[in-house]
Amino acid sequence: MSSIQEIQDEIVSEFEILGDDKESTIYYIMELGGSLEDFPESERIEENTIKGCQSKVWLIADKEDSKVHFQADSNTDITKGLISLLLRVLNNRRPEEIINAKLDFVERIGMGSIIGSQRSNGFASMIKQIKLYALAFQTKQNA
Amino acid sequence: MGLDIEKIRGLFPVLHQEVHGKPLVYFDNAATTQKPQAVLDALTNYYEKDNSNIHRGAHALADRATRYFEETREAIQQFINAREAAEVIFTKGTTEGINLVASTYGRKFVEKGDEIIISTLEHHSNIVPWQMLCEEKGAILKIIPINEAGEILFEEFEKLLSPKTKLVSIVHASNALGTINPVKQVIDAAHAVGAKILLDGAQSSSHLQIDVQALDCDFFAFSAHKLYGPTGLGCLYGKREVFETMPPYQGGGEMIKEVTFEKTTYNEIPFKFEAGTPNIGDVIAFKAAIDFINEIGKNAIKAHEDELLTYANEQLTQIKGFIPVGTAKDKVSVLSFNINAMHPYDVGMMLDANGIAVRTGHHCTQPLMKRFGLEGTVRASFAVYNSKSEIDKLAESVSRIARIKNK
Repeated sequence: MSSIQEIQDEIVSEFEILGDDKESTIYYIMELGGSLEDFPESERIEENTIKGCQSKVWLIADKEDSKVHFQADSNTDITKGLISLLLRVLNNRRPEEIINAKLDFVERIGMGSIIGSQRSNGFASMIKQIKLYALAFQTKQNA
Repeated sequence: MGLDIEKIRGLFPVLHQEVHGKPLVYFDNAATTQKPQAVLDALTNYYEKDNSNIHRGAHALADRATRYFEETREAIQQFINAREAAEVIFTKGTTEGINLVASTYGRKFVEKGDEIIISTLEHHSNIVPWQMLCEEKGAILKIIPINEAGEILFEEFEKLLSPKTKLVSIVHASNALGTINPVKQVIDAAHAVGAKILLDGAQSSSHLQIDVQALDCDFFAFSAHKLYGPTGLGCLYGKREVFETMPPYQGGGEMIKEVTFEKTTYNEIPFKFEAGTPNIGDVIAFKAAIDFINEIGKNAIKAHEDELLTYANEQLTQIKGFIPVGTAKDKVSVLSFNINAMHPYDVGMMLDANGIAVRTGHHCTQPLMKRFGLEGTVRASFAVYNSKSEIDKLAESVSRIARIKNK
């Protein structure tokens, strides 16, 4: 499995190919959403939504062999694409890796100007929730 | 006879820019309109030459500022054909106007068991103040239902009316769908049972001729920023005889006649409702916006916008996957729609990538969206400076977005 940094570098080079074309970038992000694994219907409940997102985002996590496995979904394609980027970097890793991950790709691809400030806040909430899950698993592990 | 749109566009500096490398197409006019240079100049001019506090200063600047401030009030009086300028109160916007009526007229006259009627089409700002009042007073909020086209069911409204009805507060033109309500009939029916009536004119005031005397409404609330004027400013019209029965809204300077620690007597209208230093610069600049509208003429503006709406409907209905929301016979230039299986946010984002500014979401009308079983819509709303070639760009983008999703 590639390191967090390697995957981030991959993402950055993919976005570099898209260049400044905003429309292609948005299409690309929407397409990425299609790679999310199917989200269990029974988990599509209020407790699993991330607060602070304009669109609905559901996120759940469990631990398999000391690694955290995330599943997520959203009612909008762009948000699905955004969360799939995050999971590509952070899914199936040890809690401490997730907690310590420096997500420099966000700034390097200019996420703020792609999705605008309102969605950027939502994106930050997703990162926070992913890290909170990792922290909870780590705390449990050490208890 | 058509308007010279290029000439009109020339008056709006903000329109001449690129967004994401594409020329800006601004179709979010129901949220706020852009401001002509004359409004910007009036604002700068005020701060450069006339800035001072109004109504009590004993010097030349205060005198000028007061005169210009009151000239706007007179311009608005004429704009809505009020009997006198004192029937026009300056507020922060439509929302504050409605809250003012709820907090003063409502608190004084609405009692337990009384009824207030609104419609399914209302913006949250014409729902929540009445819910708060009803909760406080033990009054009951009744809702006029609508049909699939987004038009109120007048017979159902008549059934809701009774001697218990204290107030009817209804939107003149819907912000989410564009529906123009048959307000004259609503007003007459409300008056027939002795109820007072407030019109939410936030959307109608920029498109329709407003004649509060002919309408005979008791209150009419609207916002300057949807009328090519500054943000954070609005007006509440009220009939003098109704305003005079109402207690003040907020306490402070300006609204008093005499203050002693034992008792305060209140000023006359409109000052009774304008506590504190008002938004002087924006009020003065608002006159330039009113002048701009008057110069073109409301009828010419409406005719142009109707033409744009008809054209947009023709172009967009040909697109597979295009679903219009709100198809009332009588509409202002608002086109709400969805694209098959796509979330409005995604559509809005892709239109933005093409330089096209629209509004997406529930438009602060969640009960209305629920009525249609929708999370939201994409809303394109047109103003006097928009053109058919801009609508072509919208149609082209929508067509491309719909194809990608349908492939």
